[in-house]
Amino acid sequence: MTDKLSQSADKVLDHYTLFRQPEYAAMFEKKKTEFEYGHSDEEVARVSEWTKSEEYKAKNFAREAVVINPTKACQPIGAMFAAQGFEGTLPFVHGSQGCVAYYRTHLTRHFKEPNSAVSSSMTEDAAVFGGLNNMIDGLANAYSLYKPKMIAVMTTCMAEVIGDDLQGFIANAKNKESVPADFPVPYAHTPAFVGSHIVGYDNMIKGILSNFWGTSENFDTPKTEQINLIPGFDGFAVGNNRELKRIAGEFGLKLQILSDVSDNFDTPMDGEYRMYDGGTTIEETKEALHAKATISMQEYNTTQTLQFCKEKGQEVAKFNYPMGVTATDELLLKLAELSGKPVPASLKLERGRLVDAIADSHTHMHGKRFAVYGDPDFCLGMTKFLLELGAEPVHILSTSGSKKWEKQVQKVLDGSPFGKSGVAYGGKDLWHLRSLIFTDKVDYIIGNSYGKYLERDTKVPLIRLTYPIFDRHHHHRYPTWGYQGALNVLVRILDRIFEDIDANTNIVGQTDYSFDLIR
Amino acid sequence: MSLSENTTVDVKNLVNEVLEAYPEKSRKRRAKHLNVLEAEAKDCGVKSNVKSIPGVMTIRGCAYAGSKGVVWGPIKDMIHISHGPVGCGYYSWSGRRNYYIGDTGVDSWGTMHFTSDFQEKDIVFGGDKKLHKVIEEINELFPLVNGISIQSECPIGLIGDDIEAVARAKSAEIGKPVIPVRCEGFRGVSQSLGHHIANDAIRDWVFEKTEPKAGFVSTPYDVTIIGDYNIGGDAWSSRILLEEIGLRVIAQWSGDGTMAELENTPKAKVNLIHCYRSMNYIARHMEEKFNIPWMEYNFFGPSQIAESLRKIAALFDDKIKENAEKVIARYQPMVDAVIAKYKPRLDGKKVMIYVGGLRPRHVVDAYHDLGMEIIGTGYEFAHNDDYQRTPHYVKEGTLIYDDVTAFELEKFVEAMRPDLVASGIKEKYVFQKMGLPFRQMHSWDYSGPYHGYDGFAIFARDMDLAINNPVWGVMKAPF
Repeated sequence: MTDKLSQSADKVLDHYTLFRQPEYAAMFEKKKTEFEYGHSDEEVARVSEWTKSEEYKAKNFAREAVVINPTKACQPIGAMFAAQGFEGTLPFVHGSQGCVAYYRTHLTRHFKEPNSAVSSSMTEDAAVFGGLNNMIDGLANAYSLYKPKMIAVMTTCMAEVIGDDLQGFIANAKNKESVPADFPVPYAHTPAFVGSHIVGYDNMIKGILSNFWGTSENFDTPKTEQINLIPGFDGFAVGNNRELKRIAGEFGLKLQILSDVSDNFDTPMDGEYRMYDGGTTIEETKEALHAKATISMQEYNTTQTLQFCKEKGQEVAKFNYPMGVTATDELLLKLAELSGKPVPASLKLERGRLVDAIADSHTHMHGKRFAVYGDPDFCLGMTKFLLELGAEPVHILSTSGSKKWEKQVQKVLDGSPFGKSGVAYGGKDLWHLRSLIFTDKVDYIIGNSYGKYLERDTKVPLIRLTYPIFDRHHHHRYPTWGYQGALNVLVRILDRIFEDIDANTNIVGQTDYSFDLIR
Repeated sequence: MSLSENTTVDVKNLVNEVLEAYPEKSRKRRAKHLNVLEAEAKDCGVKSNVKSIPGVMTIRGCAYAGSKGVVWGPIKDMIHISHGPVGCGYYSWSGRRNYYIGDTGVDSWGTMHFTSDFQEKDIVFGGDKKLHKVIEEINELFPLVNGISIQSECPIGLIGDDIEAVARAKSAEIGKPVIPVRCEGFRGVSQSLGHHIANDAIRDWVFEKTEPKAGFVSTPYDVTIIGDYNIGGDAWSSRILLEEIGLRVIAQWSGDGTMAELENTPKAKVNLIHCYRSMNYIARHMEEKFNIPWMEYNFFGPSQIAESLRKIAALFDDKIKENAEKVIARYQPMVDAVIAKYKPRLDGKKVMIYVGGLRPRHVVDAYHDLGMEIIGTGYEFAHNDDYQRTPHYVKEGTLIYDDVTAFELEKFVEAMRPDLVASGIKEKYVFQKMGLPFRQMHSWDYSGPYHGYDGFAIFARDMDLAINNPVWGVMKAPF
């Protein structure tokens, strides 16, 4: 033991410095050699290299059962997100209680905001006898304590496996006066073993709309000039929903967002904790039935909901996380078509500024190869934007992606000469993507925080543009949709590219001739 | 909700006021979990380890979280299968900062998420066949894996799968331990039963089925660290002290731990337990079965560290006792400097704690070392023995809350106006919005380690930066 301590009050060493000190290095070495009984360094190095090979990739892609680092969560978190976009709405998750702790944690870590939801806390006895009593007591408690305007009920897989009937249970609870008879308690069955969080989102939106719109077909509803818009599960919802509202304002059209989390997930710090804030009101939700059309920003988040809107006599339109110039053009043209109002000059000006920015920077993106992963709609939107920038999307992967989705991506790729090396991988995970990147290298990865492990292993820089982003702060407050959003995305990509060039040209006297001041 | 202006708080009255909001049935139940600590009390006078009330926003998790998330997940050279639907493993993926050293994906898997991703057909026809295939694929793609655990999610126990049979068959086939863990989330009332089930699985599937490594040579100074998950490197900043006093740490349970360390643990002379709540079961078992004594210790803050080092050393010979004194003396100047720097900035500041495991009591003296005062504390998933150990740390008049609901905690904090709230991620932003400094005391707010002398310096710095940041001063708009 040396007498000099590494830690000090003057300069407190954090974990990333402390454990690199010699006393810790020696301790780690001793632990490894004396107690861990691990494999030899040579063997580890050999296997490490093997995991990067074509042979390994073939084995990896032959997997049929195990899923490793998927890009999907389960239905209830999507349902919870959907419910939290309605005014004063408390999500009530019927089933085991640990699930809710997980969903709240996950959303909180991304948005850096409180996230409120309750559980019916079912345990072993409920597994045997069903969770009716948990529903009855749970609704009464939630209503008394948290004074919601609406309670949206969804299920964990436990409640689904034992077959609890939400409709019956809620009716029963109302009979027992857990909540007033006219208090809105929409619901959705959200089994975790079907689909993923985006299906849960769809189920909950449909559940809420069904609650207020009635479930029978009704083609005679008088239609207003209003256009509904469903954003889908979107980590950038705070920025994006506000941008959509701004765009609607420019247009002068009545755009009603159905499930708007932008205020609920971005409350101010002014000394008052708001358990609920903003969101689509119940009146607006009811009124939305009479809208002439409903637009979905994310097709795969709204399959059933859009069908439901169609049955209600509404015109429907669907997009795939529209990002970039032409995708925004299409969105605006659709708004123009539905509203009969021309695209306003102010937005045309924004478009011109975006195109100008792309032209200013295009040299740095042209021909750069990208891997993109995330939800199906995000992947489609991102791929389209990259093609527009002259970049080449190479590996496009979504664990929630279907065969239909693969074809859709292929169609987007086929529309551009920059898409010729692109392949879509539906139902695959980030361990597949690791093999793809090692065997067919790209310049950049676009994804979420989980991609940092890919970045570490493959040394390919990661750009975080989709949920969840845990290890960078506040990006979700900036839009990625609309021309302004596209500009943000462009800057994020460019910054990473420039940082990467700088990091690769900064060795004094060796590589720094290219450490250019002007790029 | 915003902070009240009251300066004096009648805590007993506050509890009654807060309970008023509940429907009668729940009010009666919750009343038993809230109390104000009385003088000379033997325990905290609260009921614990019973079911959470539905619909109240409990902060608790589930048995799966206790097993996969806490006990098993950190064992780095094994692959832990989240067996069932995709979510549980997804949400718990890399969530707990259990630091480890290893080549992830090659000889370590701590920050990866493996799941059998159950689909409807697996629920209807059972998932055992799929589990066979999952284990085969894992062993083929990760040949250096030293063991596999099957972490059951809710559906497994409900659909009647026989994961034990699969584990036995596959273990024989691949020649490595395969450990089935019945930690379905609906079992028990919190994480706590998951810890117990995970401990029992080690007992039945590691101790009963494996042997200590051939060639392992014991010494009279062999100890283990039990119940340290190496969050932000806690076990490392603890281990270094034990080694410095001349002991040999033959196993870490389970932060930065390995299968071999589990297997060799019965060779220890004494098991040292940090988180009593999550791992006392296995320590008691080893005491019974292998005659290994165990001792609780506390490496939060210099007072407790010194006391613990002396207590640990007392179990060994004079050489170790002398070493303990030398180590305490060696770190004392650094400790003094930390206290001299931070205590004036933190003295008299009031703290309310709400976390799980050992921390609602174990961290108390670390705050005291900095001159801070605990005015409320409570556990997510404690048992009565935890509440019996608590009065040793906190003083008369402290508000005690068991399995507190979000509603209660908000009301208590609002009325009692501490200078710092020390709780978890789900609570963090609620209290920050109220304008209250906050530190996450599960993940150390992405800082740490907090254990050991090296950790104390970080702890002190972190409490200071939370409380004395200028942001709180600009909260109110001047217009």
